[in-house]
Amino acid sequence: MSRVRVLVGTRKGAFVLTADGKRQNWNVSGPHFAGWEIYHLKGSPKNPDRLYASQSSGWFGQVIQRSNDGGKTWEAVGNKFAYDGNPGTHKWYDGTQHPWEFKRVWHLEPSLSDPDTVYAGVEDAAMFRTTDGAQNWHELPALRAAKGNLWQPGAGGMCLHTIVEDPRNPQRLFIAISAAGAFRSDDGGQSWRPINKGLKSPSELPDPDAEVGHCVHRIALHPSRPDVLFMQKHWDVMRSDNAGDSWTEISGDLPSDFGFPIDVHAHDPETIYVVPIKSDSEHFPPDGKLRVYRSKTGGNQWEALTKGLPQRDCYVNVLRDAMSVDSLDSCGIYFGTTGGQVYASADSGDNWNPIVSHLPAVFSVEVQTLQ
Amino acid sequence: MIRVLLPAHLRTLARVTGEVTIDVAGQPTIVALLDALEARYPTLQGTIRDHGTLERRPFLRFFACQEDYSLEPADTVLPGPVANGVEPFLIIGAMAGG
Repeated sequence: MSRVRVLVGTRKGAFVLTADGKRQNWNVSGPHFAGWEIYHLKGSPKNPDRLYASQSSGWFGQVIQRSNDGGKTWEAVGNKFAYDGNPGTHKWYDGTQHPWEFKRVWHLEPSLSDPDTVYAGVEDAAMFRTTDGAQNWHELPALRAAKGNLWQPGAGGMCLHTIVEDPRNPQRLFIAISAAGAFRSDDGGQSWRPINKGLKSPSELPDPDAEVGHCVHRIALHPSRPDVLFMQKHWDVMRSDNAGDSWTEISGDLPSDFGFPIDVHAHDPETIYVVPIKSDSEHFPPDGKLRVYRSKTGGNQWEALTKGLPQRDCYVNVLRDAMSVDSLDSCGIYFGTTGGQVYASADSGDNWNPIVSHLPAVFSVEVQTLQ
Repeated sequence: MIRVLLPAHLRTLARVTGEVTIDVAGQPTIVALLDALEARYPTLQGTIRDHGTLERRPFLRFFACQEDYSLEPADTVLPGPVANGVEPFLIIGAMAGG
């Protein structure tokens, strides 16, 4: 029988939530790495028992953990993230140039084809790759050549937070950086180009159509149509039908088009999910109502999903890596909040239930569908 | 044999309990002790000192014999009671809330 494993990264440790295919009764394991910030943990699609976790701390820096048994046991592996050569400078908050400084790993993306190959997105923004199961990490420095001197940190830091591998072409990678924008490589990371045409940031950039500098929050695609990308930007929900060459806005009738996560239904590539947040200065749901919005038309027409979610006095946020979907026949949708709840829907978002309600602030949620 | 007391999170990471004891070849300096500590427990690499610069992480302090050695040069020789194992070398995490 199929099972699901939900990997939850929080401000104070990692948790592993498991259930059978009914997704009604959950076992909670954790906290793993108690007291540490776990920005992200994710399993290898090729070997689901191989997990990687980013463990960090303001005191002790960056640690990477690896599990070979689905999160029961872990071992610390390579944590040296050295930029290739002299990384130079990027734009600082005051407009001056500032040296690149490694701070932490925001996102770990295991390769679709090799459990020992993993991409890491880090702050200050850069992409690293390991091919030996995270013992050694090497930067893909050409990314910084894509106008890196013009990239600028947002309030949360200058982080590379999204990495998406094209399932049909492993040479094609999409990444996103706050606040630099989206970038694509068609040669396995040897070269990169900005893919931000159509993004508009009139409140954030002097040139609202700038080639780089946009605060992209998250990108998602459906594996059956990897040229169709969906994006939650700082403001605006966007869509590209040409692998990012150009974007159009699909915010439509959302109550707010500010937000962080975006994801795609496992079986319907035109069904997408976002969690609207009131504004860039008020990071909580509009009207105190926690609502996931679903579009079955690839954007523009949205419906509020509320059953089982708090509809009054709710002032949590849902961060960019804190939403995921399973691939069971009835697609499950999951998200975690900064209030420590992880909600699950076993019916594509129609009905929701909390799996856990009192975790530390949730940074990331990843789901594995296991046979 | 030098006794070292690690912060709780680093004891967990190194999979040790209580103090650890470290043999230091040659002069017992701060850098020699940290080099030997990291060689014995490789998972501590990068967690006490920056990988590249080998600078002490800003929220950690080094105490010995009721003195603060955090700002001393890395080649400072440790005091006799630490070098001969009478007193421990303390690696301390800064206090913080939250």
